[in-house]
This record gives sequence, C-alpha cells and structure tokens, in this order.
Amino acid sequence: MIALGVESTADNLGIGIVSSGKEVLANIIDVHVPEEGGIHPREAARHHSDEMGNAVRRALDTAGVSVDEIDIIAFAQGPGLGPCLRTGATSARALAAYMGKPLVGVNHCVAHVEVGRMATGAEDPLTLYVSGGNTIVSGYESGRYRIFGETLDIAVGNCLDSFAREAGLEYPGGPDIERKAAAGKNLIPLPYTVKGMDLSYSGLLTAITTELHSGRHTVEDLCYSLQETAYAMLGEVTERALAHTGKPELLLTGGVAANKRLAGIVRDIAGEHGAEPHVVPIRLAADNGAMIAWTGLIAYQAGHVTPLDASHVNPSWRMDQVEIPWRE
Amino acid sequence: MKALSKIRRPKGYRHPELDNRLRRSRTKAEADIIHRAKRSGVPTPLLYHVDPDNAVIVMEYIDGVKVRDVVDMLSDEERKELFTRIGGYAGRLHGAGIIHGDLTTSNILKQGDRLVFIDFGLAEVSTEVEKRGVDLNLMNRMLTSTHYRHQEELLAAFVEGYRETLGAEAEEALTRMEEVAKRGRYIEKK
Repeated sequence: MIALGVESTADNLGIGIVSSGKEVLANIIDVHVPEEGGIHPREAARHHSDEMGNAVRRALDTAGVSVDEIDIIAFAQGPGLGPCLRTGATSARALAAYMGKPLVGVNHCVAHVEVGRMATGAEDPLTLYVSGGNTIVSGYESGRYRIFGETLDIAVGNCLDSFAREAGLEYPGGPDIERKAAAGKNLIPLPYTVKGMDLSYSGLLTAITTELHSGRHTVEDLCYSLQETAYAMLGEVTERALAHTGKPELLLTGGVAANKRLAGIVRDIAGEHGAEPHVVPIRLAADNGAMIAWTGLIAYQAGHVTPLDASHVNPSWRMDQVEIPWRE
Repeated sequence: MKALSKIRRPKGYRHPELDNRLRRSRTKAEADIIHRAKRSGVPTPLLYHVDPDNAVIVMEYIDGVKVRDVVDMLSDEERKELFTRIGGYAGRLHGAGIIHGDLTTSNILKQGDRLVFIDFGLAEVSTEVEKRGVDLNLMNRMLTSTHYRHQEELLAAFVEGYRETLGAEAEEALTRMEEVAKRGRYIEKK
C-alpha cells in the first residue's frame, strides 16, 4: 500500500510518498521564507498554493510511482495556521476526488511521533516535540497520546527565531544560534521558568532581547546563554516526565531536534533514567509530508477514513483528542 | 522518628553556574515555604536541617504513598472526598500567598487518613491571580494526562474544596486556570 501525504500547517509545504513497508519513496519539502519578519499566514498559504502542483509532480517523479499506484491521500488537518491548513486540505480533497482514492485527515503532532517511531524503531517512547510552533512532552497511554507538559505561551523555536531576527541572524534561528553559541563563554543570568512539567519562554525572550539591546554582551555570549537556558528547561521537564511515566524510550523530534546541544541533553537524561534515546533525523523531524503519509497509512489500515463532510481543518486540534486505534 | 535527607544533586546536562543557582535557590525556597505552608494549616514534613550551599534538606520521613498511586484503588465516594480535601488545602496555600509550582498528585502523600504536601522546590510567595491560575492548571493537566478515567469528577471535587477554603478569590483563579489552558498556540477554542 502506498500513501501520499500533504503537510501545510505552517511555513513548510511538504509532499511525501510512503509505502506500508516503511519506505520513504519521496519527501519533498518546499520552505516559504518570508521577506521580512516571521511567518505571515496568508503569504505562506499563497506560496503553498503556488508550489503545490510542482511539489506533487516532483514527489511522484522522485518516488517513481504513477498516480494510479497511490492508494490513499493523507493531509494534515490540524493544528496549524488556518490559511495554510486550508490550502493543503483543498489540494488533498481535489487529488482524492480526481484519483478516486480515500482521504485521511491526520493530526500534525501525532504524525511527528508516528514517523519518529517508524524512523527510529522506538516502540513506546516519551516524546519531546520541539519546533517553531510546538513544545510538547507526550506519551501513549490507553488509546491516546497524553500531554504531560507543554509551553504556557510561545514555542521554544519561536523564542529562538524571534531572538535571531532581533539580532540580525539567519532565519530560522536555531542553526545560526548554535554556531555562534559554540564560541560563547560567559553565561548571562536569564529567567528560567518551569512549572511542574510545563514551561514558559516569553519571559526568556523579553530578557534576552533586553540584554541584546543593552550592548553589554557579545552575540556569541547571548546565543550561548539563550541556548543553555532554553534547553536546560526542556531537559528538566523531560526528565520529570520520564520519571513520572517510566517510559523505556525517549524520542526527540521537531525542527529543533537538529540542535546538537539539545540532542546531547536528551541522551544524558535518557542514560540517567535507563531509557533508550532516539533522535529523529532532520528530514523526518522537521515538518514534512512523509510523516503525514505514514500516519495516514497506519490510520487507514486501522479502519480510519475522513469523509468529505468531515474534512474541514481544525487549527487548534490537540493531539490528546485523537484516538489511536493502531496502538491498542 | 525517621528522617530523610533530600539532596539536590548536580544535573550534568545543565551549565554548572545555572545548575548551582537553581539548586541553591530551590533548597532555600523549599525550606522557607514549607514553614509558611505549615502555618497556613497545610500539613508538610517537619524540617530538621537546611544547607542551601550543598542543596541539602533533612526532613521528617513521611511513611505514606503518593496520591497518584492510590487514585484508581479508591471507591468513587472516597476519591471525591480525597480531592475535595486536596482542593481545600490548595485553597489554603493560595490564601496564604503560596504558589506550589508543581501541584500534582505525585507531590501529595497519603499516610492513613492524613495528607501531606511535599516538594516545594518550585514554590514561590505570591497572591497573583495569574500564578494561582497556572498552579491550578498543573493539577488539571495531571488529571487530564494521568487520571483521565476520572478527570471530570476529580476536578469538580477539587474545585469544590478550593472554593470552600479560598472563598471569594477562588472564582478569579479558576477562570484564569481555564484561560491558561487555552493559551498555548494550538488549543481548541470553546
């Protein structure tokens, strides 16, 4: 069985093609880079709609499959930015109708976990999912992915991107901050806000921005301090959730999983708790279509299809609202 | 009486300066606030010795079980009664200007009929509605993620107890709890 997945929850347009044998046949990612500022939902949606045809064609070419060989069309139904989600959903509906194939709506956050399990072989992990839009610690329990901790305001990736923009660094901020941090030496005291297994990044962003404009620090020290503080907070809540759930594995995914310092922290914590660490490779950790295709495929095999009249997008669809019959 | 020595060990994954700062400040906060909580009528362990420089507290050993581990073993009636009492103590903490900071069923011990609140390392002194709301949200998240079989009834019982002890100020905090839960970027709007 072969699934085609459409991802368009934020600034990445992704088209993936995946087989039931866990082969990623194609995983086209087309990133919308705003000319200035952060993501503008309508401009990103226009980009996705302009590039959709191309991306689908490239995915089919890369996979070397014909339209007839695709068995289902999966799409990210939420959560995400409304205009971006609607562009993906419209295209997915059109493809499914044109090809006469079943449509499967997928939760974006669940897809991150499922493709992470597929790619790393993790079976029952506690997952730290960190990106520009999400910061969530979750684990499977009785038919659902339960959320043990999450950000109370902005996502960690959003904090890094906003600082990078303010400091004139490259977008997205993570990689450039990591490079500069490598030459940092002095730790600037910054707010460290952890509430049980939840965390907050807005105070940290305000403080680091103030330090930046004070002119008292090198950009290297700023990056170093931001990274050390932001990732230590993630480490603490992850450790608490690992102790709480007793999960045997720890999975790191999302765009921020590319950061080596964070991956090191995750490995340390897993080691301390006798859990096996897994870091999802970046092409499958960042927002992508393969994760949507794969999750659509296993959901379909578990009997799930999305009728047209239930295919409206849900920008605020929480992952703990989704039933996960394929893991029972 | 048995004693327990709580040592905040260095976390290897954290920058040493940051780690020392946190271990020291949490040890101090825990000791100060355990006293304050006791004065407000919320049972906490007795403290015997505090050493912030080495991040060590020696305190009374409570021979009990985590509430988290007994929830599923109780009858409906017992569960409701237990969470009304927990809500009542949470109201007393907030009324005394204490934010627990990690208000979950793992940090409340049940020793026979006695309930003991522990782990005040993330606690702070505040009467801000925002901080009360965040504290309550922690308990609600615990109910949703871990005690999902009984989430609604347990929250209702908790809220009943909370209102009883905190009085008129409870409503604002409870409304804020709901707002906090909706605040993350991707939450279903109601």
